[in-house]
Amino acid sequence: MSDVADRVKKIVVEHLGVEEDKVVEAASFIDDLGADSLDTVELVMAFEEEFGIEIPDDAAETIQTFGDAVKFISEAS
Amino acid sequence: MFDLTGKTALVTGASGGIGGAIAKALHEAGATVGLSGTRVEPLEALAADLGERAHVLPCNLSDADAVDALPKQAIAAMGSVDILVNNAGITRDQIFMRMSDEEWQSVLDVNLTSTMRLCRGVMRPMMKARWGRIVNVTSVVGHTGNPGQANYAASKAGMLGLTKSIAYEVASRGITANAVAPGFIATAMTDKLSDDQKDKINQQIPAARMGGADEIAAAVLYLASAEAGYVTGTTLHVNGGMAML
Repeated sequence: MSDVADRVKKIVVEHLGVEEDKVVEAASFIDDLGADSLDTVELVMAFEEEFGIEIPDDAAETIQTFGDAVKFISEAS
Repeated sequence: MFDLTGKTALVTGASGGIGGAIAKALHEAGATVGLSGTRVEPLEALAADLGERAHVLPCNLSDADAVDALPKQAIAAMGSVDILVNNAGITRDQIFMRMSDEEWQSVLDVNLTSTMRLCRGVMRPMMKARWGRIVNVTSVVGHTGNPGQANYAASKAGMLGLTKSIAYEVASRGITANAVAPGFIATAMTDKLSDDQKDKINQQIPAARMGGADEIAAAVLYLASAEAGYVTGTTLHVNGGMAML
C-alpha cells in the first residue's frame, strides 16, 4: 500500500473510530464507515492539513470512498 | 463564573452602543476582543479605552468580499475566533407598501447575509478546535413584527432560522449558536424617537423602562461562556417583559 494510502487510512481510523481492516478501497465513508455529512467535511479538512493541499467543495463531494480519497490526494499532491 | 481568559471574540457593530457594551463585557471577563464596525474612530476610541487585548478590525458589512475577509483578519490579529458576536444591524424603516427593493435588500444584506458569511468564515476553525460560541443579536421585532419594519423584522427572524440550523449541525462539535433578542434598548437608535414615542413604548413594557446596553451585554457574556455549553439554538429575550416568548 502506498504511503498516501497509509496516511489517509490513519486519519480515517482516528477520526471515525473504525477498525483498520474495515478501511478498504471501496469502503464508503457514510454507508460503510458510519460517517455523517459533518464527518466527511472534517475528513476533507484533515486531508488538506495532512497533505498541504486544497480540496475545493465540488471535488470534496466526489470523494465518497477511501479509494476516492487516496486517488484524489495522490493526483493532487 | 463566566471567565473568558484565553478566549478570543469578534464583535461586529462594536462602534454602536450595544456592540460597545458587549465588547467591554467580554473583555472584562478576560477575552481578547476584535472590534469591528464601519466607523474607525469610535472603534479606536473603544480599543484605547479597553487597553490590551483589543484589536480594531474595520469592515463594511454590505461589502461581501470585505465580510468574507473579516474572519481571516480576526484570526491573523488574535490567533483564533472562539466567540463570534453578530451584533451589527441597520434599519431602513418604511411602511411596507412603499418599501423599495433597495430598502429591503440593504437591510437583508447587512443584518442577515453578513451574519451568514461570518458564521461560515469561523466554522472551520471552530470545528477543528471543538469549541465555539456564536451569539447572534436579533430583536424582539423578529418575533412579534413591527409596523414600518418589514425588512428589519424579516432579517432578524431570518437570523433566528440561521442560528437554529447552525446549532443543529454543529452541536456535536462543542459549538453553540444562540440568539439574544433585545427589546427597546436606550441607544443612539432609540434616541431618535420623540419623548411622546418613548412614553408610548414604556407603557407597553412591564418593566416600564427601556433596557440598557449593559443588560444585553450580560446576556451575550453568558451565552459566550463555558457555562452555557449545553444551551444552544435558543433565544434569550431581554425586553423587560414586553413580549414573553
